[in-house]
Amino acid sequence: MFEYAPAPESRSVVDIKPSYGLFIDGTFVDPADGGSFKSINPSSEEVLAEIAEGGAQDVDRAVRAARKAYDKVWGPMPGRDRAKYLYRIARIIQERSRELAVLESLDNGKPIKESRDVDLPLVAAHFFYYAGWADKLPHAGFGANPQPLGVAAQVIPWNFPLLMLAWKIAPALAAGNTVVLKPAETTPLTALLFAEICQQAELPAGVVNIVTGAGETGRALVEHDGVDKVAFTGSTDVGRAIARAVAGSRKKLTLELGGKAANIVFDDAPVDQAVEGIVNGIFFNQGHVCCAGSRLLVQESVAEQVLDSLKRRMAQLRVGDPLDKNTDIGAINSAAQLARIRELTEAGAAEGAERWSPPCELPDRGFWFAPTIFTGVTQAHRIAREEIFGPVLSVLTFRTPAEAVEKANNTPYGLSAGIWTEKGSRILWMADRLRAGVVWANTFNKFDPTSPFGGYKESGYGREGGRHGLEAYLNV
Amino acid sequence: MSERVAVRKTYKLFIGGKFPRSESGRSYLVQSANVSLASRKDARDAVVAARAAVKGWAGATAYNRGQILYRVAEMLEGRREQFVALGVPGDEVDAATDRWVWYAGWSDKLPQVYGGANPVAGPYFNLSAPEPTGVVAVVAPEAPALLGLVSVIAPAIVTGNTVVVAASPAAPLAAVTLAEVLATSDLPGGVVNILTGRLPETVPTLAAHMDVNAIDLTGVADPELAADLEVRAAENLKRVLRPVPDDHDWSSDPGVGRMTALLETKTVWHPKGI
Repeated sequence: MFEYAPAPESRSVVDIKPSYGLFIDGTFVDPADGGSFKSINPSSEEVLAEIAEGGAQDVDRAVRAARKAYDKVWGPMPGRDRAKYLYRIARIIQERSRELAVLESLDNGKPIKESRDVDLPLVAAHFFYYAGWADKLPHAGFGANPQPLGVAAQVIPWNFPLLMLAWKIAPALAAGNTVVLKPAETTPLTALLFAEICQQAELPAGVVNIVTGAGETGRALVEHDGVDKVAFTGSTDVGRAIARAVAGSRKKLTLELGGKAANIVFDDAPVDQAVEGIVNGIFFNQGHVCCAGSRLLVQESVAEQVLDSLKRRMAQLRVGDPLDKNTDIGAINSAAQLARIRELTEAGAAEGAERWSPPCELPDRGFWFAPTIFTGVTQAHRIAREEIFGPVLSVLTFRTPAEAVEKANNTPYGLSAGIWTEKGSRILWMADRLRAGVVWANTFNKFDPTSPFGGYKESGYGREGGRHGLEAYLNV
Repeated sequence: MSERVAVRKTYKLFIGGKFPRSESGRSYLVQSANVSLASRKDARDAVVAARAAVKGWAGATAYNRGQILYRVAEMLEGRREQFVALGVPGDEVDAATDRWVWYAGWSDKLPQVYGGANPVAGPYFNLSAPEPTGVVAVVAPEAPALLGLVSVIAPAIVTGNTVVVAASPAAPLAAVTLAEVLATSDLPGGVVNILTGRLPETVPTLAAHMDVNAIDLTGVADPELAADLEVRAAENLKRVLRPVPDDHDWSSDPGVGRMTALLETKTVWHPKGI
């Protein structure tokens, strides 16, 4: 590998406070029982800040604040004015994007080039896109006068902390709802900085409330009688529990859950492009991506050639300091996630698949996992069935397009899929048959605020993004 | 001359395009007839039939599905008196016939109205299109016996889903007679399957079934049963349509909600370049 001088992004652009309260009714407040937890930098295990742990009483307070804001301010406000607040937020995010990107990489462990070039531009674009819907809802195809639901409870994951916040808050507010959002316990910092941005935008108090905490806080929020809507992104197991918890209630539910996407490479695909797509599909964001292309299905006749190229390419990936602009793969988000990745990869080896990683020096401190592929994987192996949520690719082969479809769909998940071939009719034939909400042909892991995203089967229901994304927050 | 002795009809289940009795050999007396009392096994058999029909029905052209739904309306129109004889008001039969016609026209329009191109910020072709979710379990409303039933079946199947319907336990004769209409309308066997009997016996099996993609709880009047079914449905994250209020007006404009609730949106990306 070429030697590079380190090119670290400066962390002086962001000012992290020693401790953060809960953001309720427009101000930061202490939790009722005074509990707290620490958010750490996963690349160094350094403590970044002390974070308030919201309990049932705090959740109740936040839901009441959101209800009051819905009844008195945000509900009655004309759409054109709601739009202006959302445009303001989009602009402030653009203006403060460096600060937010650095903070995201510090708290999450993702490479700065991803937080800077992917997460932040998409976050701003999401607010800008949905801002424009706020005064055009009668034209969205949901009837002449679609109405908001009320108070939305939103629980988001740690893999794209600020982007998932944007996917949740922007459409909810555009449609006229108010929100109580719980960020993931390992990545609360950008949500708390977003709270400050709401203050800077002079968003009316109570329209956005941020309650930090872990699973119990999320449970209290989802089960609160005062919420009209629940939106969750995270694991399928928690999604199932939430679906049970809201059963029989009035709460409208949307879920964006796990995946085990097939990335399918045909013998006529340009190998170099396909290899870039495979690498992007599984190693983007350390593989902490619900739509990651974690199962490579490669046509048997080109399998050896593709794998040789893939291994050569993997040997060029730089794993290390998330703030270094050269870094391709950052830190695993938490010790718990690292343990999960280790457990599943050990099962992969134990079940008979062959493991390979490039030579790769990992830092001493922090949570790290080298990019890894398994060959000789069968459909019965755990590494072909379970979501690993890490930089681990399972390679399977196929002979015919029909076999590729069969194998790709042989999973309870159905979030995304990839197709690599030069033949247009084959792309469309495959796309028709893949049971997945997003199909990337000759590309992978592309996102846009205008493009609906969400799963089939046990990957959840409802769509985020585009006109479709409004439906989750309207009484239609 | 003695008066002619009438030939009575045997009311059976409708599974996979055939009219079997319940595998349990049971029936219950309702509306002066012995109607099949479906078992859990019948419910599972119906799901197998519905799953087998998905590929052909979802893969049929929208034009073809539209014509078949229209054909159902034609057949129903011709059997108007048969439903009236079962106690269904003539106006209701007419409304049910018109509903088939209304939904028939949606087959090749909903994908245009509900899907389309997305203007992404980059050199990509990006298209979203709706697809059927798969096998849908439907609990038909208790009343109106025919219009309610048609109003839950037609929106589910017009887009390419297949259904297993639990008919109203108190008024199943209209459901079985509708099955005879469907069986003579070129509708492929298994697209609509109808179970008669007691809801607490068959519906929990459907709600928990891992090869059912969605459940429509419209006809579940008991809130506790509805909540229990929704909990069961969570096991494989079925799409759930919650019960409608008792006073729902089935003659009102149905809107597109019943169709869109049983659809998935698939978005396909491709780069543009030379």
